[in-house]
Amino acid sequence: MRIVVDLTRCQGYAQCVFLAPEVFELHGEDALLYDPAVPDDQLDRVRQAAAACPVQAILVGEEVSAGAR
Amino acid sequence: MPGDLREGRIVIIGASLAGLRAAETLREEGFTGPLTMVGDEPHPPYDRPPLSKQVLLGKASASATELPTRRDPEAQWRLGVRATGLDPVGKRVLLADGDSLPYDRLLIATGTRARPWPNPEEAALDGVFTLRTSDDADGLAERLAAGPRRVLVIGAGFTGSEIASACRERGIEVTVAERGPAPLVGALGGTLAKLAAGLQRAHGVDLRCGVTVTALHGNGRFTGADLSDGSHIDADVCVVAMGAVRNTEWLADSGLAAGARGVACDAGCRAFNMYGIVTDDIFVAGDAARFPHPLFEYQMLSLEHWGNAVAQAEVAAHNMVNPGPLRRPHLAVPVFWSSQFGLNIKSVGVPTFSDQVVIAQGSLDERRLVMVYGYRGRVTAAVTVNMAKWLEYYERLIETAAPFPPAPGAADRATAAAVPVPSDVPDPKVLSHGPTVALTGYLPDRRLTMVRPV
Repeated sequence: MRIVVDLTRCQGYAQCVFLAPEVFELHGEDALLYDPAVPDDQLDRVRQAAAACPVQAILVGEEVSAGAR
Repeated sequence: MPGDLREGRIVIIGASLAGLRAAETLREEGFTGPLTMVGDEPHPPYDRPPLSKQVLLGKASASATELPTRRDPEAQWRLGVRATGLDPVGKRVLLADGDSLPYDRLLIATGTRARPWPNPEEAALDGVFTLRTSDDADGLAERLAAGPRRVLVIGAGFTGSEIASACRERGIEVTVAERGPAPLVGALGGTLAKLAAGLQRAHGVDLRCGVTVTALHGNGRFTGADLSDGSHIDADVCVVAMGAVRNTEWLADSGLAAGARGVACDAGCRAFNMYGIVTDDIFVAGDAARFPHPLFEYQMLSLEHWGNAVAQAEVAAHNMVNPGPLRRPHLAVPVFWSSQFGLNIKSVGVPTFSDQVVIAQGSLDERRLVMVYGYRGRVTAAVTVNMAKWLEYYERLIETAAPFPPAPGAADRATAAAVPVPSDVPDPKVLSHGPTVALTGYLPDRRLTMVRPV
């Protein structure tokens, strides 16, 4: 699974950083860095993070090459 | 008939963010006909912003940024093949492999490519990079991981500054050469550019402004460069970050209003032809588009923004499968972000559409602030530094044409609106880095622009 964060929308509430710290981190006080390729063992945590994001900026989905070729 | 528009053949040229989001939206809106996606890179759609951040920091591989989909776009993919021409009368797109694709409606989402170093022999030296594609990022990340003695970055726009930031974070010596007076000055104006310059120097960047790079040297392998002030930089890696070129050359003979600033389209993303007549079967979205915006006096805007690519692609796709009265305008206020040297910089509106600025919240010393931009007494843009939560508030002020300087209220201090100062946005021609937001005038059929990169 892959994720992409809409950083136009992200306001740095950092809920994702608390819920899935191995995938999301704050870079400085306000900027989000994340691993776009989610390891399998982090998938549940990433889904929780996506659900908890106050501005709904996290998209979790299959990559194009996984399903649509 | 609405039903008809949900059928027929749709071709999307450009298989990156805008193309993918348009394809998903077409299916979500009930399009059932055959859909073909053409992309000149061999890779499925991937996300570019991480390439200058996570990937250069070694925290993610360039191949990891493939974009997730909201739904299966059920498309036929033609990847690794370039579109070379368009016949709008016969309604066919010509491809580099000799094939041609018939369409009923076409979406142009060909985006931009990195502006190359103008001397091809010097550009071909081993160790000279641009940064736009995942292959570029892969190669550059590998070189950074090998621990070069010094990296030379040409151009101090957002991409160049982010590359310099990643180098310093990895402990790599870096020189940044910029023809303009300061980093980011083309996008943010003089006051924030001074902050950016101070920040780069405080992080150990060897920042050289007001200079151009006159030659790259090496015997097969890049070893250094000459600057216009007579100095010489020894370096193992050179990154050319001089902005982007729009991929519109393939449309030169198409009769569309396509040029260096993009393909002109109306607020509904329909392309104009070279007579300024709007087409009804060719749509444009993303970095390749040039469109009128009512908040900025209906001037045509050319944007290189992630959020614009998504929003415009969704509007274009909606309008491709809906009849006139149900069509929507693309009116989103431009937003972009950059993270560098530990700061999160976000912008809303068009900062270059300004005559004055004022620091409404925070301060330069704290490196935490909101800079508000005004034009003839109304708010036209705001830039936040480490205060991203405030962006929406200022977006409302821009949308409602609120008076400038803004009234106290958002302010976190008594003397909020200190004295406005000139916004000090230079002519883009004097910069090494190209602007990522460009106001390109009123005429849709104006196809030419003067670009003097070096």
